Amino acid sequence: MKPPPFDYHAPRDLGEALAVLAGAGAGGKVLAGGQSLIPLMNMRLAAPAHLVDINRLTGLATIEADAGGVRVGALARHAAVERSADAARAQPLLRSALRQVAHPVIRNRGTVVGSLVHADPAAELPAVLAVLGGSVRLARHGGGQRDVPAGEFFTGPLESALRPGELAVSAFFPALPPRAGTAFREVARRHGDYAMAGAAAVVVLDEDLRIVSARVACVSAGPVPVTIDVSQVCDRRPAASADWAAVAAAVRDRVDPEADIHATADYRRHLTGVLAGRALRAAAREAAGDGRDAGEAGEPSDG
Amino acid sequence: MGEALHEIALTVNGVVREVRVPGRRLLSDCLRHDLGLTGTHVGCEHGVCGCCTVLLDGEPVRSCLTFAVTAGGHEITTVEGLAGPEGELSPVQRAFSECHALQCGFCTPGFLCTVTALLRENPAPTGEQVVEGISGNLCRCTGYQNIVKAVHRAAELAAEADATPARTGEHA
Amino acid sequence: MTTRLFGEPVQRREDRRLITGQGLFLDDLGRDALAAAFVRSPHAHARVRDIDVSAALDVDGLVAIYTWEDLPERVRDPLPLLIPHPALTHGRTAYPLARDVVRHVGEPVVMVVARDRYLAEDAAALIEVDYEILKPVVGIEEAALGSHLVHDDVPGNVGAHLVQEVPSRAGLGAGRAIDAAPHTLAFRLDIERSASTPLEGRGVYARWDADDRSLRVYSSTQTSTSVRMAIAAKLGLPLPSVEVVAPDVGGGFGVKIVHPWPEEVLVPWAAMLLGREVKWAEDRREHFISSAHERGQVQHVRVGFDDEGHVLGLDVTILHDHGAYTPYGIIVPIITATQLLGPYRIGAYRVEFSSIYTNTVQVTPYRGAGRPQAVFCMERTMDRIAAHLGLDRAQVRAANFIQPDEFPYDQGMVFQDGRPLIYDSGDYPESLRMLKEMIGWDGFPAMKAEAAARGRRLGIGLGCYVEGTGVGPYEGGHVQVTSDGRVHVSTGLTSQGQGHETVFAQIAATELGVPLEKVSVVTGDTRRFGYAVGTFASRAAVMSGNAIALACRKVREKALRIAADALEADPRDLEIEDGLVRVVGNPEASVPLATVAVLSNPLRYAFDEEAARATQFSGATPMDRPPVPEGEEPGLEGRDYYSPVRSTFASGMHAAIVETDPDTAEIRILRYAVVHDCGRLINPMIVEGQIHGGVAQGVGGALYERMVYDGHGQLLNASFMDFLMPYATEVPAIETAHLETPSPLNPLGIKGAGEAGVIPVSAVIASAIEDAEGLPIDRMPISPAELYELRRAAGR
Repeated sequence: MKPPPFDYHAPRDLGEALAVLAGAGAGGKVLAGGQSLIPLMNMRLAAPAHLVDINRLTGLATIEADAGGVRVGALARHAAVERSADAARAQPLLRSALRQVAHPVIRNRGTVVGSLVHADPAAELPAVLAVLGGSVRLARHGGGQRDVPAGEFFTGPLESALRPGELAVSAFFPALPPRAGTAFREVARRHGDYAMAGAAAVVVLDEDLRIVSARVACVSAGPVPVTIDVSQVCDRRPAASADWAAVAAAVRDRVDPEADIHATADYRRHLTGVLAGRALRAAAREAAGDGRDAGEAGEPSDG
Repeated sequence: MGEALHEIALTVNGVVREVRVPGRRLLSDCLRHDLGLTGTHVGCEHGVCGCCTVLLDGEPVRSCLTFAVTAGGHEITTVEGLAGPEGELSPVQRAFSECHALQCGFCTPGFLCTVTALLRENPAPTGEQVVEGISGNLCRCTGYQNIVKAVHRAAELAAEADATPARTGEHA
Repeated sequence: MTTRLFGEPVQRREDRRLITGQGLFLDDLGRDALAAAFVRSPHAHARVRDIDVSAALDVDGLVAIYTWEDLPERVRDPLPLLIPHPALTHGRTAYPLARDVVRHVGEPVVMVVARDRYLAEDAAALIEVDYEILKPVVGIEEAALGSHLVHDDVPGNVGAHLVQEVPSRAGLGAGRAIDAAPHTLAFRLDIERSASTPLEGRGVYARWDADDRSLRVYSSTQTSTSVRMAIAAKLGLPLPSVEVVAPDVGGGFGVKIVHPWPEEVLVPWAAMLLGREVKWAEDRREHFISSAHERGQVQHVRVGFDDEGHVLGLDVTILHDHGAYTPYGIIVPIITATQLLGPYRIGAYRVEFSSIYTNTVQVTPYRGAGRPQAVFCMERTMDRIAAHLGLDRAQVRAANFIQPDEFPYDQGMVFQDGRPLIYDSGDYPESLRMLKEMIGWDGFPAMKAEAAARGRRLGIGLGCYVEGTGVGPYEGGHVQVTSDGRVHVSTGLTSQGQGHETVFAQIAATELGVPLEKVSVVTGDTRRFGYAVGTFASRAAVMSGNAIALACRKVREKALRIAADALEADPRDLEIEDGLVRVVGNPEASVPLATVAVLSNPLRYAFDEEAARATQFSGATPMDRPPVPEGEEPGLEGRDYYSPVRSTFASGMHAAIVETDPDTAEIRILRYAVVHDCGRLINPMIVEGQIHGGVAQGVGGALYERMVYDGHGQLLNASFMDFLMPYATEVPAIETAHLETPSPLNPLGIKGAGEAGVIPVSAVIASAIEDAEGLPIDRMPISPAELYELRRAAGR
């Protein structure tokens, strides 16, 4: 299990990186954290002709948080974003999802933007970007730059809107409106594994603390993160009296996951409903000011 | 026709080591076979088992998921660098032996590096934090019982060492 | 300091090198060796039509490419069938490189040698093999239909068929005993494949010394002595010209007892041929598809019992999946068949197994070796009986226990060593009492009800087992005291983390009365000890431990004899304490063991001041007898062997409390308790470590690990991403207690402990989940998805 040979490039600045990528075309691949790419290369399932190592572009290791949201640079590691108090304040969902990404040691190296570009529908961050309506900023040689919204960025399993020659330079996770809450729930076979199902939820309340908007993005539920708006099912009710079982059922009915060696499709569908219900309920609690979502401890049964 | 070689300098356990490697040389192989530091082990080469964990600029990372060229110019600590200059064992090493936290010893270097960093960041972890902290390292021998015990014991030993300034060694 | 170290939790002496990165595992050796890689079959069943290596020849650093055609006589022959058995009528083994037909994904077809492993893999990737795809035979029941064959000349895919019958005391066969019983049940059980998966894979490194015409081979093996004999035979070398060393070995758990692996023959052969050092270090994918798996069985059970739950008759029919080849014979199903009865005395028993070929990786022992399946069967049966009668599960077990006064107890069968299955000792009622107390068995119903009131679903389960340990035929020990007072112990079997360097040193220090730090232990190095069997079947402590104790006793006797001369005392008045031989009650009259070692070797030449004491003019030996008396040998050393008449039988009982999530069907183990009896404990800390590791592997087998083959014979989860070995987050805290029922069969009174922890876990977890869910659990492992599907099928 040794990687195949490639031409190695270690650009010192963004311009050089983009030039190299432009020259490499479809044979070029960006190396940031490498936590998804290098295993594939070691198994010889990926064999890029050119590897463009952006680890020297320290200017891309940025985490900029303000009232509008969090912009994460291409070289910001999961662990750095997870630790950033500013990022957590501006967008708490980011931290709660990052805690579920693989294991701490992987998070020391893996990058948030790299995970988005990898576009694995079983991964946490694509779902987060999707439910928040964030975007990915793509740059190319010659100065062109475009922001692709999450809804258009993920085009299929391990496929994104990134074109040959482009570099994803950052991702933007918008902040929440007032009286909003978020939560992330997933179930994996082992702690740290890709989830069999999971849900990132955002709930917004009105001034009377009734639910006006409730959205989830589901993990491992389809070829891309599956975003579902269940605001109508919540029926403008306060969190305490919302029909969470109906919410779970609504999500369940709208996903069509596939079976794999770890879970049947039916179980995945069922689990997605359960976790979406739990995540939404926790998000609604948080939105109502019942404290930041503390995770699953003491989670009530959904019956 | 041979592959292009890249000249890199790594600071390993405090010593600058210069080496010429192909771009695809994994850091694990570079440490083991180019530099002769075979204490870092390779158990899966796809980043799951954690045997190859080393400290890169103080942070635990998988050396099998890092190219040596990427690590050029950075500082690396391997299991060979955990003991003090006179060979005195670090609190983590002592605790692992004291608590019987290793059997075959193959996964041990990865655990030692992981736990060294864990305790540096969090000198008195809770039980839950310990389990979470070592949750990316596989051990097939111990059932983890004594590893968890050893992490707590290492925290104690480090605290004792801190309270006794005359003694040197690794501390949190 | 005391030298009575037997039974003490002494810290391990192997740790220092392992925690400082100074251990030497296989791939840590031979930095300049050439690297081997293999082209392995991507098909489960295919005929090799052509091999085209031309594209690989341009790879820079390529040294050699070998196919079966290139191999000389003997090397090219099929690998040995290690354990022939009369019932294995159709044993088949693989060629070291495929000759014509490949029978599982991963079977080696071409060997590549290159400057390093990267280049060897590059070349291997460029070799084109033309295959004619044959129909793969996958799935044990599919294979048993025999409509397609794995080996053309094995009808019905049946490698072996064996029946053992033990009639009741009244002479009734199992079938009739069941028919006549007040209650009968019949059901089917399934156990899926798992594997040893040590964190270090296999590996071989060979150095050929052309001047000396000798070969030194390092292998990550559980048996260096037997690998040595196999290599000498295959390569046509005189045995003294081959040495095999097991360096530090990163776990074995059974898979490394198989030998010679194709690579163990091919790597040394290539090293000789090329005159260069050659090394092969198995990678993780290779380990999944080219080493060995275990556990896969389908069992059909019929049982008859009375109102109290006494088993009157039991009939078990087993389909055992042994994969594509049978190099290790049928040890696994034999153990399942013979260990199934566990701690129970039952009416009549009949067990029948068919060992079936499939186009999958071969099956050889993995820790527990057929016992987890056996215990799953027996303990599921006990639970079914309890459920049928509405009795407490522990009570039904107790009703069937062999009682302490019934030992030795003859189960009336032939065990895996070909010897009668007679239990030596045990106290099963006491184990159960301890276990129930530990887990709070009697208080559990209240706890369960209370949890249920809060919407939580809890269940409790238990499982009992008996494990034949310390199988023969023998092990040996050599003990030498040198003139510096150091004690050098060697034994031929190998170590993979069991702490042999420590426990064998404890035995030697205790026997010889020397401080532990004076003792050093070498295992698995044929240069030091050439006769051995290997490390498997929880046998190392029993076999080598006793052999070393016996060798020490010889040395001690000789030391006392020589010291008696020097001290002008009677040997019977002497003792050895802290390295000093002294007259009991007269501490002044003593001689160091080091001096005794000097005196034991009458010399002509004085190499140092100490040695001068034993030279010819020193007056050390009386003039009226030869310097080396008749019947004696120079030197203070001894060698002895331990060869038991039959195995010892350890036992244990486990219990667990699990919680299942009513919504997500997640399964969590809240508590896990173990009562374990392996006779006298040499080092309780090490025994506990063995139990912990075994339980963790058992948890893997119960809830996480399986080998998933598709219909084409592709292993779908050949990585640690998808083969779910538990992390720390998946293993519960394990509570342990020991009962020490000594074995009457050996001088130290010990039994084996290595495999114990893993054996009953699947049975225990199944029992607990069944209790939580009220649904019959009849297959292992079980995942949340499977539990969810079971609930749905039951309409919940």
